[in-house]
Amino acid sequence: MTQSRLLSVLVDNKPGVLQRVASMIRRRGFNIDSLSVGPTDDDTISRMTITVHVGRQQAEQATKQLAKLIDVITIDDITGLRNVAHELVLVRMHAPPGERTELLNLVDIFRGRIVDVAASSVIIEVTGSAEKIDNFIELMRPYGIKELARSGVVALVRGDQARIRLMDFAIDGDEPQTEPSRVAGVAGDTTGTV
Amino acid sequence: MLTGAQIALESLIREGVDTIFGYPGGANLWLYRYLPDYPALHHVLVRHEQGGAHAADGYARSKRGSVGVVFATSGPGALNLVTGLATAYMDSVPVVAITGQVPSTAIGTDSFQESDVIGSTMSVVKHSYLITRVEDIAPTIQEAFHIARTGRPGPVLIDFPKDLQAAVSVFNYPETPVRRRSYPAPPRPDPAKLRQIAELIKGAKRPVILAGRGVLIARAEEELAELAHQAHIPVGWTLLGTGAFPVTDPMALQMVGFMGAGYTNKAVCEADVLIMIGMRCDDRVTTRLDSFAPRVEHLVHIDIDPAEIGKNVVPHVSVVADAKVALRELNLLVEPKREHQWLTQIDQWKEEHPVRFTNHSGLLQPQQVLEEMYSRCEDEAIVLADVGQNQIWAALWFNYSKPGLFLNSGGTGTMGYAFPASMGAKLANPHKTVFCVTGEGGFVMNMQEMATMVENNIDVNVIILNNSSLGMVRQFQDDFYDGVRSAVDLTFTPDFVKLGDAFGMKAMSTDRVEDVGRMLDEAMAHKGPVLLNFNIDPNANVYPIVPLGKGMLDFVEAS
Repeated sequence: MTQSRLLSVLVDNKPGVLQRVASMIRRRGFNIDSLSVGPTDDDTISRMTITVHVGRQQAEQATKQLAKLIDVITIDDITGLRNVAHELVLVRMHAPPGERTELLNLVDIFRGRIVDVAASSVIIEVTGSAEKIDNFIELMRPYGIKELARSGVVALVRGDQARIRLMDFAIDGDEPQTEPSRVAGVAGDTTGTV
Repeated sequence: MLTGAQIALESLIREGVDTIFGYPGGANLWLYRYLPDYPALHHVLVRHEQGGAHAADGYARSKRGSVGVVFATSGPGALNLVTGLATAYMDSVPVVAITGQVPSTAIGTDSFQESDVIGSTMSVVKHSYLITRVEDIAPTIQEAFHIARTGRPGPVLIDFPKDLQAAVSVFNYPETPVRRRSYPAPPRPDPAKLRQIAELIKGAKRPVILAGRGVLIARAEEELAELAHQAHIPVGWTLLGTGAFPVTDPMALQMVGFMGAGYTNKAVCEADVLIMIGMRCDDRVTTRLDSFAPRVEHLVHIDIDPAEIGKNVVPHVSVVADAKVALRELNLLVEPKREHQWLTQIDQWKEEHPVRFTNHSGLLQPQQVLEEMYSRCEDEAIVLADVGQNQIWAALWFNYSKPGLFLNSGGTGTMGYAFPASMGAKLANPHKTVFCVTGEGGFVMNMQEMATMVENNIDVNVIILNNSSLGMVRQFQDDFYDGVRSAVDLTFTPDFVKLGDAFGMKAMSTDRVEDVGRMLDEAMAHKGPVLLNFNIDPNANVYPIVPLGKGMLDFVEAS
């Protein structure tokens, strides 16, 4: 049985990292549903949020193989945790001046906003869970979607504590930790039955 | 102030490099311009970059702790390294490849001999670098060597644009060791897990150890022997683990798996506690996965690579650590014990399923050649084998009474590996006898290195087990593909004596068993490379073998 796993990966902000990560996932036969990458508050570190479609044991392989890449600092499988996992969608809607009111009501319900207005169309921006975005797009269809751009998921776990403290991986810190803390979420040591 | 090329060469010396296998070309000419200025770096001009990569691999495997180094130019030169890098990657061999690249200003313009080397090699290296600033050269080389040789070793590639080889900078080799937050040191073995394993050993009625190449990489042979002797646990090994445990030891089993000894497979299938150390547990070990160790109650896996734990077989207890450290600490906890009944059972299986060959044809058998060869190894010689039947015969007839080096391309199964790799092994171990066992198919795949062998008078004894066919493929076709022989006939192979003559390499040939010993003696007495061609029984097969799709206990033996 396959499932979607949500992986939050911190990587060194170096050229080629995205290719290494994507190439490894492809080579091991896993499927990427979505991948987003951007810098963090520390500009030497980027965060990748990856949704992969894999089986249970494959998920563990995927995280371990990712953790092995030299540029990967930590990998955290946050599937099923209390997450904020959001996407962003921009939709250019057919909207001549007389027909905008109904559309704007729907945008309000989804807590979206109009970010561009032209003679006969508007661009709407909505953020939220993948499911919310899916629903919004379905509702927009009858009104005439002219163009659509959708981001991948970015996610953080809810609560006070950072899941991973970057300082734990500071280059001049003490010798780090054992393997499991590099692979959070999924245990680094496997136990089970043959 | 030094040029980038000089900085690179200085850095190699700082990393302890003494030998470089390489091939020059347009994009690495600045490196070659300055190479003669560094007599401490012995450059061996190979005749094909693939040979260079395998030679660097053979150098590193045979001189543990060292890193093999290969140079190639951009484009075709670099791409010719790919198979060699893949070979090193699968078998965890520390190699650093430095490839010339077109000038950084020309990258991406499809300039002459440009190729995306980083992209082309990404899945067959542990890590790779494109140098973009002259100041980065020394720290990059330091880090590349660190990554190649530590943790689970592997090949690292440095792509070095030509303009940066010529650029000038101050040379400062980093004095502090490499620290990367994304590359921590291997973890210490978890003491609680080790205590658990010691308890499992204590309670085991039918314990078995399987040793892989990780034991050899970690140089943990003594610790392995101590564990086996302390608790009287029989030890089998993988193809790449051959040599990690003395074959003649009373606790020794043999190679396990697809073409392993019948008694090893029986022991593994009957084991209640199975301890796998430094191995990947791949399909050549397990055969059909559900047939592997069916009675095991406690499966223990010790490996330095956490990704190997649970990849193919899910253990009950696992330890992520260096094999030597883990075994040393485990040995402090293991109590002496001896399961008489189990050892008696194993001895009985050894008698019932000996590794043996039969000779129905009266023709020269490959095992006769290998027995003569191994009788001259004195437990010391480094033996390399190529891929195919010659590889399995050489592995199963390996007979050392102490740990030794048996090198082959176990993971990728690269035909043509052994001959160039044996150059590296001999140059790394000038005082050891080196035998290269190969077939006529694999030999011709890299036979251009005969020129390198002769030029440098590299004293390797090459043994060609010549059956005028791609033997392993022929055996598979005979037994598993309806008996249709297709594209396996190698009758049109060169006359190896004349070929030796053409290259200036001493060569001899026979098909008679009486000549084997004399030819081997003559080859060993000769100070330089020798090619020995043995025309063997063309129908000689590898036994035991588990038919494709069958399980561990379905092995077929010589009849």
